[in-house]
Amino acid sequence: MVEKLDQIFVVLKQQALGFVPDAGRPFVSALISIAFIPLVFATLFAFVTVLERKGLGRIQNRYGPNRVGIPLTKIRLCGFGQFIPDGIKSLTKEDIVPRAADKVVHFLAPIVILIPVLLAYAVLPIGRNMTAADYDAGVLFFFAVGGAVELSVFMAGWSSRNKYSLLGAMRAIAQMISYEVPLILSAVTVIMIVGSLKTGDIVAAQNHYTFGLARWFVFTPWGLAGFILFFIASLAESNRTPFDLPEAESEIIAGYYTEYSGFKFALFFLGEYLGMFAAIGLGITLFLGGWTAPFSFLTWVPSYLWFFAKLLALIFTFIWIRGTLPRLRMDQLMNFAWKFMLPLALVNIVAAGLWHFMDHGPLRWAVCSALIFGSYAILGRGLMEKQKLGKRIYRFAD
Amino acid sequence: MSPAFIIIAVVTLFAAAAAMSLRNLVHCALSFVVAFAGLAAIYLQLDAQFVGFAQILVYVGAIAILIVFAILLTRSDAPANRAILAPGWMVGIAVATVVFATLGWTVLNSAGLPGEMPPAPEAKVKNIGDALMTQYVLPLEAIGLLLTAALIGAVIIAMREEPPKAGGSRGDEAEREGRP
Repeated sequence: MVEKLDQIFVVLKQQALGFVPDAGRPFVSALISIAFIPLVFATLFAFVTVLERKGLGRIQNRYGPNRVGIPLTKIRLCGFGQFIPDGIKSLTKEDIVPRAADKVVHFLAPIVILIPVLLAYAVLPIGRNMTAADYDAGVLFFFAVGGAVELSVFMAGWSSRNKYSLLGAMRAIAQMISYEVPLILSAVTVIMIVGSLKTGDIVAAQNHYTFGLARWFVFTPWGLAGFILFFIASLAESNRTPFDLPEAESEIIAGYYTEYSGFKFALFFLGEYLGMFAAIGLGITLFLGGWTAPFSFLTWVPSYLWFFAKLLALIFTFIWIRGTLPRLRMDQLMNFAWKFMLPLALVNIVAAGLWHFMDHGPLRWAVCSALIFGSYAILGRGLMEKQKLGKRIYRFAD
Repeated sequence: MSPAFIIIAVVTLFAAAAAMSLRNLVHCALSFVVAFAGLAAIYLQLDAQFVGFAQILVYVGAIAILIVFAILLTRSDAPANRAILAPGWMVGIAVATVVFATLGWTVLNSAGLPGEMPPAPEAKVKNIGDALMTQYVLPLEAIGLLLTAALIGAVIIAMREEPPKAGGSRGDEAEREGRP
């Protein structure tokens, strides 16, 4: 029963394939796997937009959307019907293209942002035996297609012929390239320990239990440091607060999509959120054990539920951070990536290497933790000393 | 030749031709990206996953961005009013033909070309990594050193020369303004 519930989607797909003639089977199999991804994650996107508005509303001491429910009844669904009118609104809005814009590139940019983002989901294991394409070089594939997002951001910013758009695009690309380095370097530790780039192997390596507790990589010193680095870098990669300088409504309107309206704007919005989910999904796969349960007595819960529970928990953390932290300044952003996260990620790689070659026992815990936290403290102290932080002096307000 | 190969080849060649002949430099760069992606698709079609993904990561993700940035930062984006072809285009074509002919002749006459297709070796990423870290570790290190030297050189060239100290550094300015 438990096994059946866990594999229900896999079994259903096999049964559906039974109705298809042999020749078309690989094609239909691929089609089902592909169709599943936009369907599920676009629904999640719709849900998360409302969740985010409500969450931010709570943090800012207001209600957030709570009106739209089922039409002609009094059922309000706590406002979770909001995404349907939002979608209709963006579909029916006028599509404005600036007269000076480069029409072709301006049209292509929102499409180009969605393609790599959707491709990235192909290698994410969302459940036991539920990976669309378990490539031998899966993690590499993920980062490779992720790199193409920058190009679409450039296309949007440049083709709009608007200084705010171009500034936003330049900021976005500089930020994405800078944070891609710690993002990839923090993922390298897991690849070193597992010895494979295949996402399936990475999850399988974490699917063991000691005293009932899962052996996820986040429960090791290098894994914890790697996860935190990965989390911060993926926050920056998805252009969210406190790294939302590329959009920065108060300074450059909305950055690279200032000149987009209607459904093209909605596509950018969708692309950004799907990119965020994909980055979180990879973080879960690498450090939080993918679809595995945290405790051995909870393994009866279907694997895909665990994946989405972890996904929603991390999305909630993202929303929480958005409601809490102010935006960084450009120089702070760059300094943080190159002077703090990059050295720490490199030290973390050394720590993971030591962890691999030392004997099991408390000694390797002590050595790796000392290495990581020591370098963390030294780096932090060293960078803070130059800052000359002190009490703020006001020139005119006193 | 499979239909997939033909489609990819046509798209790649078309994009490469567009990259040469379009008037707007940014359009050229973008069609260049399509050509890169087409090459990656050909690698993938040959089951060379690592090379294909590395091609996308390096060329689409990094080199293309570098090219568009270089275009944006160095010249205005107004299309040039000159002829597309450079004055010496005949010589260029001649040189290209000679180089291609030499390469093709060498490849066709090399002893390493077997008559029939050998069975495809199982090139897993792990094998590539093992080879890079054992057999080819010296070339890898040499390339790493070369790239690092180039990187540092680029930073030194790009570094602005310090103007002679007249008033004070940025820190002093901030202090005068009352900012911490």
